[in-house]
Parts: sequence; structure tokens; C-alpha cells
Amino acid sequence: MAETNDRFLNQLKASKLSPFTAKSLDILQVNVGKRCNLSCRHCHIDGGPHRTETMSRDVLEQCLAIAQNPAISVVDITGGAPEMNPGLPRFIAELAKLDKRLIVRTNLVILLEDEYESFIDVYSDNNVEIVASLPDFRAAKTDKQRGAGVYNKEIEVLKLLNERGYGHSGSKRILDLVHNPVGAFLPGPQKALEAEFKKSLFSEHGILFNRLFCITNNPSGRYLQYLLQTDNYEEYMQSLISAFNPSAAGNVMCRSTISIGWDGTLFDCDFNQALGLKVNHGAPQHIDNFDINALMHREIVVANHCYACTAGFGSSCQGEVG
Amino acid sequence: MANNYYEQKDLADFPNIGEFAPQQGKTFFDYYASATSAGALTEREKALIALSVATVRHCPYCIDAYTTKCLSLGVSGDEMMEAIHVGAAMVAGDVLAHSTQMRKIVKKKEM
Repeated sequence: MAETNDRFLNQLKASKLSPFTAKSLDILQVNVGKRCNLSCRHCHIDGGPHRTETMSRDVLEQCLAIAQNPAISVVDITGGAPEMNPGLPRFIAELAKLDKRLIVRTNLVILLEDEYESFIDVYSDNNVEIVASLPDFRAAKTDKQRGAGVYNKEIEVLKLLNERGYGHSGSKRILDLVHNPVGAFLPGPQKALEAEFKKSLFSEHGILFNRLFCITNNPSGRYLQYLLQTDNYEEYMQSLISAFNPSAAGNVMCRSTISIGWDGTLFDCDFNQALGLKVNHGAPQHIDNFDINALMHREIVVANHCYACTAGFGSSCQGEVG
Repeated sequence: MANNYYEQKDLADFPNIGEFAPQQGKTFFDYYASATSAGALTEREKALIALSVATVRHCPYCIDAYTTKCLSLGVSGDEMMEAIHVGAAMVAGDVLAHSTQMRKIVKKKEM
């Protein structure tokens, strides 16, 4: 797609969305490391057991200091498998004292391992919102993307979380699931799929959850390799481009987020992080020089992978945005 | 270079069919959107009906579009195939029902 490298930028210009700048800085997204116990086929950061990048205690402390800024209302922790960062329990305990919305993105499966099962207590004691990846309510599809046997383990953990009060209507313990398509196509309407997931998971396993977030697979990292290997890349990109929605583009997550990498590098989003595209246009690029005023009005770095967040209903770490 | 009557990339041209006779094109698209979006039937149910019709009508563009749409809506391969079997059974039934004409004529004309 080299011939259309500026295509997204030109599309923003045509939609009168240029310069494409942040509108606020409400969400502090912290990627605490690329290590993961799984090696999912859609992973944009190429996470897995082979990765060694882990956020240090010093950078975690810097993130904690930034989280205290009143402008920040949400701290969103991701990875890799965040649980594999040894500093995570203390980080969560300290963040919980700030009384802000605190989210951890987990693959669930890791919570069955002896070394990490205590995180169920860490999360529930601190009322951490759990956002769990469950690509499909059918075992075969989930296992195809995430590995054999993963689905049954996820179901087991979801039941444990339900026992702790997670996912029940009216409970403070929020359990949201993430659906991303198992293949080279875009997700359908979030509301319709949420109903489908709820019906199936409850009738087959008695599982409750709060919301389903539909996330469009980003054509980067391991998912890009999959698209290229299966000769789906051109068609997938075309479907993203055809579905460009200016309204979704106006509300994408990067306009209110800063994403911090494991080594303190600053990015506009987790996808830019995976691609090594640091914040730019004069904004500080490392946590050592964090300047919230400069960052909350920064111009965002865009490229053609951004079409994944602006297609159809839009896509963000919180699902649809359009 | 292949030069086929049907090109997959032409599916992307579908929104442009109103380039000529734009008023009729707009009327069609308004109707199309209304007919295929959720109403008394869900979008999922309508996508399966559309897929069944697409295969019966042998439209490669529609088969491509509605298979992809069904995937997006969480429809499984088995469910799509069942919808296609409904279309196949309807076509078979339609053909066989017309044998009534043949049987009536045979009975009238044979001694």
C-alpha cells in the first residue's frame, strides 16, 4: 500500500479534519510490557513469551505521578499480558487510591496460572474494570485466533470473575469483553453482537458481562502478516477505506489519549506504539519530558493503518465511536 | 491480462450506479437501505435472506458482499449454508412444482 501512504492524511483533509489534533487528554494508556503468555494471530504488538520488554518501576512511578493530574480521568493498563510486569500489583494499589476509572486489559487465561491467579484478588479488591479479550462466543473461532484450549480457560476465569461480583448489573465490578473479528472482515454492529454474545454465554455457561466492545483488527503487526500471507491485504484495506466515516474519525480515541510505551516513549495510540510512530509535530516524545499542556493540543501522527479506527461505526479500545 | 465480465474490484463501484439517472439511483438506494436494515427482522436475519437470494440469483458481487456481512454479524458457516439450502430447496421445489403443467398435458393428450 506504499503508493497510498498519505491517503489517510488526504482523507482527513477532504473531511475538514486537518490538522488532526487532540481535543483533550483524559485517558492515560500505559503499556506495561510486551511479554505475554499467549501468541495470538491478530496481535498488533507481536506479543508473546519471547518478548522481554517490560516497563521498569521507575517508569511506572512516573506514570503514577502523571495519573494524579486532574485532567486524567481514566488509566487504561495494557500489554502484552499486564500481569507479567512484576510492578503491576503496587501500581494498581496506588492508582486505586486516586479514585479514577482504572482499567486493566487481560487475556483472562493467565489468571489460571499459579503465579498470576492472585490478580483476581488484586483486581476485585481495587474495583479494577476488567476488559477481557474474547474474540468469539464459539470455542472453535476463539481457539483459532488465540490458540487451542484458550476458550475453555477463558470461560473458567469468567465464571470466577462472576463469582466475585464482576459483570453483574449494578455491580461496581465491571467486566467488559472485547470482540475482534476472527478473519479478514470488519466487526458488525456492537449492539447486535453484544446481544448475541450475552445470549450465548449465558445460555451455555451462565456467564454475565457488562458490555461488548467491537474492535476492528488493525492492519499492523502479526495481523498484517496474516493478511499478506492469505492474500487478503488489498481487499481488507479497500473495505476499511470504503467504510471511512468522518464522524467516527472526529471521535477516535487518540484525540483524548496518550499512550505510554514500556520504556517511557510517548505515542498517540497503542497501534502507533506497535509501529514505532512516536508523537511528533513538536510534542514531547518521552515521559521524562511529559508536558500535559503541550500533549493535550498536539497534532496526531497518522498513517494508513488509522483507517481501522475510522471505518464504519469506528473502533477504539472502548469499541465503537461513531 | 484477464478481461472478465465480472471483476471483484467492481463491487466497490456499486455505490456509483446512480452516476447516470441519479434520481432513480437515489430512490433505489433509499429503498435498498430501508429493506436491508433492521426492522421487524434483525439485520442478521435479513443478511441471511440476502445471501440465499444472492446464490439463487448467481450474483458474485452479492455473494461476496453478503458472505462478508454475515461474517461481520457473527453468522457461522453452517448457518450460511443452511440459508443457501433453503434457497436450493426452493429452486428445486419451484422446478418440480412446474411438473404439474407437464403432468396435466400428458394426462390430457395420452390415450
